[in-house]
Amino acid sequence: MSIFLERETKVIVQGITGKMARFHTKEMLDYGTNVVGGVVPGKGGEKVEGVPVFNTVKEAVAETGAEATLVFVPPPAAADSIMEAADAGIRYCVCITDGIPAQDMIRVKRYMYRYPKERRMILTGPNCAGTISPGKAMLGIMPGHIYLQGNVGIIGRSGTLGYEAAAQLKERGLGVSTSVGIGGDPINGSSFRDVLEHFQNDPDTHIICMIGEIGGPQEAEAAEYIRDHITKPVVAYIAGLTAPKGRTMGHAGAIISAFGESAAEKVDILTAAGVTVAENPAVIGETIARVMQ
Amino acid sequence: MDIHEYQAKEILSQFGVGIPQGALAYSPEQAAYRAREIGGERWVVKAQIHAGGRGKAGGVKVCNSDHEIQAVTEDMFGQKLVTHQTGPEGKGIYRVYVEAAVPIAREIYLGFVLDRATQRVMIIASSEGGMEIEDISAESPDSMIRAVVEPAVGLPEFQCREIAFALGIKPGMIQQMVRTLRGCYRALRELDATMVEVNPLVLTGDDRVLALDAKMAFDNNALFRHPQIMELRDKSQEDPRESRAADHGLSYVGLEGNIGCIVNGAGLAMATMDTIKLAGGEPANFLDIGGGATPERVSRAFRLVMSDKNVQAILINIFAGINRCDWVAEGIVRALRDEPIDVPVVVRLAGTNVEEGQKILAQSGLPLIRATTLMEAAERAVQSWRADQNRNPNLKVV
Repeated sequence: MSIFLERETKVIVQGITGKMARFHTKEMLDYGTNVVGGVVPGKGGEKVEGVPVFNTVKEAVAETGAEATLVFVPPPAAADSIMEAADAGIRYCVCITDGIPAQDMIRVKRYMYRYPKERRMILTGPNCAGTISPGKAMLGIMPGHIYLQGNVGIIGRSGTLGYEAAAQLKERGLGVSTSVGIGGDPINGSSFRDVLEHFQNDPDTHIICMIGEIGGPQEAEAAEYIRDHITKPVVAYIAGLTAPKGRTMGHAGAIISAFGESAAEKVDILTAAGVTVAENPAVIGETIARVMQ
Repeated sequence: MDIHEYQAKEILSQFGVGIPQGALAYSPEQAAYRAREIGGERWVVKAQIHAGGRGKAGGVKVCNSDHEIQAVTEDMFGQKLVTHQTGPEGKGIYRVYVEAAVPIAREIYLGFVLDRATQRVMIIASSEGGMEIEDISAESPDSMIRAVVEPAVGLPEFQCREIAFALGIKPGMIQQMVRTLRGCYRALRELDATMVEVNPLVLTGDDRVLALDAKMAFDNNALFRHPQIMELRDKSQEDPRESRAADHGLSYVGLEGNIGCIVNGAGLAMATMDTIKLAGGEPANFLDIGGGATPERVSRAFRLVMSDKNVQAILINIFAGINRCDWVAEGIVRALRDEPIDVPVVVRLAGTNVEEGQKILAQSGLPLIRATTLMEAAERAVQSWRADQNRNPNLKVV
């Protein structure tokens, strides 16, 4: 098992006719992902990389039985696309788009709450690299070949730093059950805490690696959840020890604006909750290997 | 994006928030003229810069005549105002706001922020107006009133009344307070602001509710749908290097150290800075060059990093996902051939096509220092910077 994504999960790509979306659709198909279609309003009937394009998500779901979607739609329309997926009965949505207005995301989250929990779509991202269950399927823009199949569950806000961790694991012959990017935006679909819950219930995940950064309360919230509910070992790394207060470091959400949001404070909070914190990004793999023994 | 106080007040007043009578001036003469236009006997002149803490730093002065205003503003215009929020270099004063002084009976703090814990808009109010929010939460946390706004319905009147009564506002002024709170919320909501702060909001001796100071910040991601807000951008208040980077789609933050960084991805960029520090150096900047590291992008990044005179070594760290290392390597080689650089350059490539990338770097004949892991890259950058220092003892050590 893995979380969110299995080999047979039927996937659609929203905004599939764009240049980047086409490229990554092909990458996902090559990896073995079960991409069954795409959605672009007004382009229904076309084909991209051999998969059919539909005008609406509802139509795509009715025709293909799609369960998961990758949103590749430009920022002004991305929030609308996520809501369309939620309403069409999609179970899992990854949004890659970087630059969605924060208030649009507030509305998206409010909209999703109109569905009862058992029917509510899970959203990860926006502004993330996506989700991969190595050896099974990938829903995102990551280089699939740097991930080995295994038992480490990865949750990270940063895409390339997540690659760094996966590559360090591969060097030691360690693999990944699922790697989930939750994205660098201040208002995101799923928090560390949300994804931790899924990893706790996944028999194939034996250890969890959490890659956080400065800004926001989600690492501290995760620490509390780990202390009270997670029985599996957790290793964390927090980026931004040298980041100055009050400055946005690339990611819209990477800004220290309150107590508990600096890297040093997050390290303390996580350590107090029993998490093993890797002191620097070069020893993430090493630390996981040590804790696994 | 930040805007000036006078711009925030103008916006808020359009949404029904009361403000004192005031006008903007670009010169001491104009400031004095503005005061005569406004009338009265007492005025407040306020330096317009994108930072708080102006009062303590001498950027806000009470004047009793137009002559005094002229004299006071002559000392302001063209100066750099250094407050605890500006950093040591300060921010230039090119605009001054002249306002009629008002009789203050009470000062209230009012803030509207995007709260990341609830993922909604949160209102923070306190009877300790005039103090900064950090100090209020440290010194009198009990005075803070918090309310979260339900995004589907907006801010209802009852919630405003609850806040107003909790602040101890007398019944006759509750309606004015409700209008003020709703106006601020609507301004934030309709214009995609990320923050509205009115500090202080004052109750005057003659029973008016006025925003005495106002601050607004806007969501850069939403500026595309608010061209009228985009026009309020004041580049004189920005770090020139950071705004130039932003214009080219790069995100750059200047720091104090001397090892320049060129990295793809925000998280990896922060991690690279941390590793430099761990290896005994200090990063000169944060720089995320994003997905496509084309030669043009790489040379732009080099130029940007080298425009910081403190930079004495450069560390390039690329983890190619969508990128391919061979393309990135070609970009680096071409950029350095076109514009040679006289500081040591350490390159670490990882990910897709890494062997081909290394080969291109090796065959280029350029004096590049190569590294395979992040730690090794940081150590080499610090070592080469130190070695360079020893060779050039005249270079300034920061």
